[in-house]
Amino acid sequence: MRFLEQLGLYIILLKKVFSKPEKAAIYYKQTMHELVYLGFNSVGIISVISFFMGSAITLQTAYNTENPIYPLYLIGLGCRDSIILEFSSTISALILAGKVGSNIASEIGTMRITEQIDALEIMGVNSASYIILPKIIATLIFNPILTLISIIVGIIGGGIAGTMAGVITLQDFIYGIQYAFIPYYITYSIIKTLFFAFIITTVSAFQGYYVNGGSLEVGRASTKAVVHSSILILIFNVILTQLLLS
Amino acid sequence: MIRVKNIDKSFSGKMVLENVSVTFEPGKTNLIIGRSGSGKTVLLKSIVGLHNIDSGEIWFEDVLFNKLDFTEKKEIRKQMGMLFQGSALFDSMTTEQNVRFPLDMFTNQSMEEKIERVNFCLKRVDILNANRLFPAELSGGMKKRVAIARAIALNPKYLFCDEPNSGLDPITAILIDELIKEITDEYSMTTIVNTHDMNSVMEIGEKVVFINEGKICWEGSNNEILKSDNEILNDFVFANALAKQLRSSQ
Repeated sequence: MRFLEQLGLYIILLKKVFSKPEKAAIYYKQTMHELVYLGFNSVGIISVISFFMGSAITLQTAYNTENPIYPLYLIGLGCRDSIILEFSSTISALILAGKVGSNIASEIGTMRITEQIDALEIMGVNSASYIILPKIIATLIFNPILTLISIIVGIIGGGIAGTMAGVITLQDFIYGIQYAFIPYYITYSIIKTLFFAFIITTVSAFQGYYVNGGSLEVGRASTKAVVHSSILILIFNVILTQLLLS
Repeated sequence: MIRVKNIDKSFSGKMVLENVSVTFEPGKTNLIIGRSGSGKTVLLKSIVGLHNIDSGEIWFEDVLFNKLDFTEKKEIRKQMGMLFQGSALFDSMTTEQNVRFPLDMFTNQSMEEKIERVNFCLKRVDILNANRLFPAELSGGMKKRVAIARAIALNPKYLFCDEPNSGLDPITAILIDELIKEITDEYSMTTIVNTHDMNSVMEIGEKVVFINEGKICWEGSNNEILKSDNEILNDFVFANALAKQLRSSQ
């Protein structure tokens, strides 16, 4: 029953968010701000995580393919496909659910408890649309860019770790990441990222928008935003994989 | 004129407002007073549409406000200004951007015209050289003034103030009260102020409505309030030691 009530509120909120904006110029400005705040500011963390993720995948793949009948370039191939198919979209989305999701929930939650949302409503502004829509647009634009950055940095990390550890030569690694490349995997990864970006932003905004109480509730909403977004990301990961790769 | 007719409001089955009917007079400073938890804020938020009432009618002139949809309400809301208890300034914006926000949103003025209006409003509330400061850099009194400047930026017809002088020292509180009164007179607005501060009642209360346990208990002016024989009202008005002494000396 409680789930249905929450789902109903979430749908009502989305309806408000996607109604006609009051003034497009203001929304454009807000979206640019969110692109920097939610998108560009996440490049660092995604790069660092992807670099070490790629390194670990390469070393683990090398450890599992020690048998001499396997050609060495398979390490590069395994690293590339793991990063593109799973890690850069799903793991990055889980990281962003923690960073961006908690940020959105606490920002909107604080606006709610300090009556800033009421102030917008009193002025005749559609508060849900004004606050949330630019965040959704910004993450839908920038998260695929973050995924591409993650793929590139992850593969570079894998190459560096593999050659430095002496498990593969640079030539074999480069040959492996080019071998039997299927461009659709990138499309698949980007489609997943778009779904995940929408989940992170709307679920976190929902948690923040309906906060009732004080700072303790804002903290709880922030935690819920991360937990619920992460669970939904993992569920949709399975669904999308079945739909897009079967 | 704002008229409230037989409104009821409950939260989770608990009645907060019960059959409340009151008329707020145009061009005057109307005060809603009462103890904490008496329903003052719920009444004010119901009037402006932040709470949906269970039953009853809320009229702005000849428009039945509570039956309008969101888009229709927007037109009335553009004529409203509201000062919140905690000021509710947008944290991410400077003082100037806060006051400019309604102008950006609802006018097609040029930037020069908007800045001119912002500076006029800020000067009107005695805020000088603070255009580039963020809310976190302002004192409590300054925040209230900036919030008043933002509320009057679009020349509203109605001004709503929820506990405008809570958390302020007595001198600043009186200054804020006087400012609200001056602005009300200057722009002939219908102003409704929520307060439990008796200084405000005596300073600016042209019409005073006393609410107790969700019901209207007394109505009158600040001149009449001290002469009332309503016991519940008298308990509230003469609650502090100084007021009790004054009453006994009379």
